[in-house]
Amino acid sequence: MIIKKGVPASLGIAIGKAYVLKEESIIIEPVQIPEEKLKQEIKRFRDALENTKQELETIKAKVLNVLGKQHAKLIDAHSLILQDPLITKEVPKMILVERVNAEYALSAILDKTADEFEKIEDDFFHERKHDLFDVGKKILSNLVSREKVSLENIKEPVIVVAHNLYPSDTLHIRESHKVMGFCMDLGSKSSHTAIFAQSIGIPAVVGLSDISRQIQSGEAIIVDGEQGLIILSPTQEIIEKYITKKEEILKQERFFQRFKGLPATTRDGHRISLMVNVDSMDNIEELVSLKSDGIGLLRTEFLYMNRNGVPSEEEQIKAYSVFIKAMPQSPITIRTADIGGDRAVQLGIKSLKDEINPFMGFRGIRLFLKHPELLKTQIRAIFKSNAAENVKIMIPMLSSLEEIQSVKNVMETVKQELAEECLEIKTIPQIGVMVEVPAAALILDSLLNEIDFVSIGTNDLVQYILAVDRINQYVSELYDPYHPAVLRIINLIIQTSHKKGKPVSVCGEMASDPWAIPILIGLGVDALSVPVKMCLRAKHSVRSMSFEKFSIISQNLLGVSTSVEVRKIVEEELKQQ
Amino acid sequence: MFRKEAKILNSFGIHARPAGMIASVASTFESDIKLIKDRMEVNAKSIMGILSLAAGKGTRIIIEARGKDEKEAVSAIAEIFEKKFDLE
Repeated sequence: MIIKKGVPASLGIAIGKAYVLKEESIIIEPVQIPEEKLKQEIKRFRDALENTKQELETIKAKVLNVLGKQHAKLIDAHSLILQDPLITKEVPKMILVERVNAEYALSAILDKTADEFEKIEDDFFHERKHDLFDVGKKILSNLVSREKVSLENIKEPVIVVAHNLYPSDTLHIRESHKVMGFCMDLGSKSSHTAIFAQSIGIPAVVGLSDISRQIQSGEAIIVDGEQGLIILSPTQEIIEKYITKKEEILKQERFFQRFKGLPATTRDGHRISLMVNVDSMDNIEELVSLKSDGIGLLRTEFLYMNRNGVPSEEEQIKAYSVFIKAMPQSPITIRTADIGGDRAVQLGIKSLKDEINPFMGFRGIRLFLKHPELLKTQIRAIFKSNAAENVKIMIPMLSSLEEIQSVKNVMETVKQELAEECLEIKTIPQIGVMVEVPAAALILDSLLNEIDFVSIGTNDLVQYILAVDRINQYVSELYDPYHPAVLRIINLIIQTSHKKGKPVSVCGEMASDPWAIPILIGLGVDALSVPVKMCLRAKHSVRSMSFEKFSIISQNLLGVSTSVEVRKIVEEELKQQ
Repeated sequence: MFRKEAKILNSFGIHARPAGMIASVASTFESDIKLIKDRMEVNAKSIMGILSLAAGKGTRIIIEARGKDEKEAVSAIAEIFEKKFDLE
């Protein structure tokens, strides 16, 4: 038995047989072609191009249907590469001049081009070589007539193991309904495939470095998406342990279903708002069926992903309208995009890959204020979407009063512009700040004069106040939401806001942590915003706790000096519940 | 031979979409068309070639064409640059 640790990308447990998706490494040998057969060889190549073109068109239609427009654009880029003279002209030329087979000519030219891309420092351009190889592989597989190892051929439920999964692979996964889970060598928690796994709710572990070479198709494997573990050739004992664990999770989930539609009220009658975090247009139905109290955090980054350039005003309005239409009666808080400098190049902003510490770098509102056209487009789209008057705007990574004033100036400009365009805006959306930089918490009294509400982004707040980079393996165990410093700053934020009569919500991971929920509510937060999948579970925690009791306990916790003590107190109290 | 210098004005640089645009316009001409950046030279009809220039905002590019319709080709491509790759 081998246990491997990776990054938990999507919750759940899957136990089953591995299906290893081999990187199609076709070994290409140069073969001399006799002169009289050269024409035939070129025709064979052109036929392969034609077949590939048709394949791409079929995939595009499917992708459009299943995954949406953004993913389809990727396929468009591939169609353009297919028409590139590098492929349409240079390859036939090489076949003729060097009298070699089409496979060899194609791969020689691809390699040569890839070498050019290797030299590029800019990440965005550098990564384009994968597109070239993706297309190249498709043409090659049309040249080499052999059975493709593809996800389309899956006959029985399996766990997919791969080096990397491409958008077209994820499409087959969704369509097949036979993939119980997957794991792969590459990837991080925010990569395309991880988000995809979460959205269709299958367990996944990524970032396993060489898992695809350690296992053969048909061998037993367990994917533990809860802890980010992969277990190869598990013992019977472990399998049974995991079967029990899986049943427990299922049982729990069934149990949580009963909270659908019930209010988020503590057992002593204190009502809070329980909202959800949303970061894509997938699963709108599930979102609606939860009957939550609204969207507490609409992360708009998804609009900016997997594309070049920025989403237009119209595109954004269209996206926001989907949510507004889905939840017309509930508040919807749209956060302006928190894009890091590392991803900015796709928006046409010069790459900042040499940022030494991107978490403290050029991101969130800092980036948007330096490129006000991005902020303006987003604010215009939000204003124009607010017909039902249930939309709010939230600003990420704010650290100074000047920043919120600048944002408000942009809002004022937008308002005037819209008036000039004869689009009188009835109600200006409420504006709030995501408090994640400690500085914002400390000057919150001044910020509150400019804003209507506050939301605490605990993930970043914890990492900034403790100076712990949680993806740095050497210090990640110091990342501790129960650290007294964290509780004290959260208390400060709540007290300051309530003094000015403004509500506070929490939208980080703490908001769905069963131990942190009673502390936060005890400290006085008005709303929690949690991932869709955690909503009912969180409601259970809210409904089980006593507000009165935790108001007292939380105050006591503010005087405690270690996180161990904090945990001990909470644990004991929850045991008695 | 005909050549003209163009500057990349859009903030996005020559990314996939502009590269595709240049390649498809270039392909409508008979002339051989090259884009030259510093000492790098690529075929303007090749999207991968253009992308390999990794040309960001402010980069100066020389458009060079050789052939029957060289003047038309150069000015058509220069126009795409001037319009900041905006088709709409």
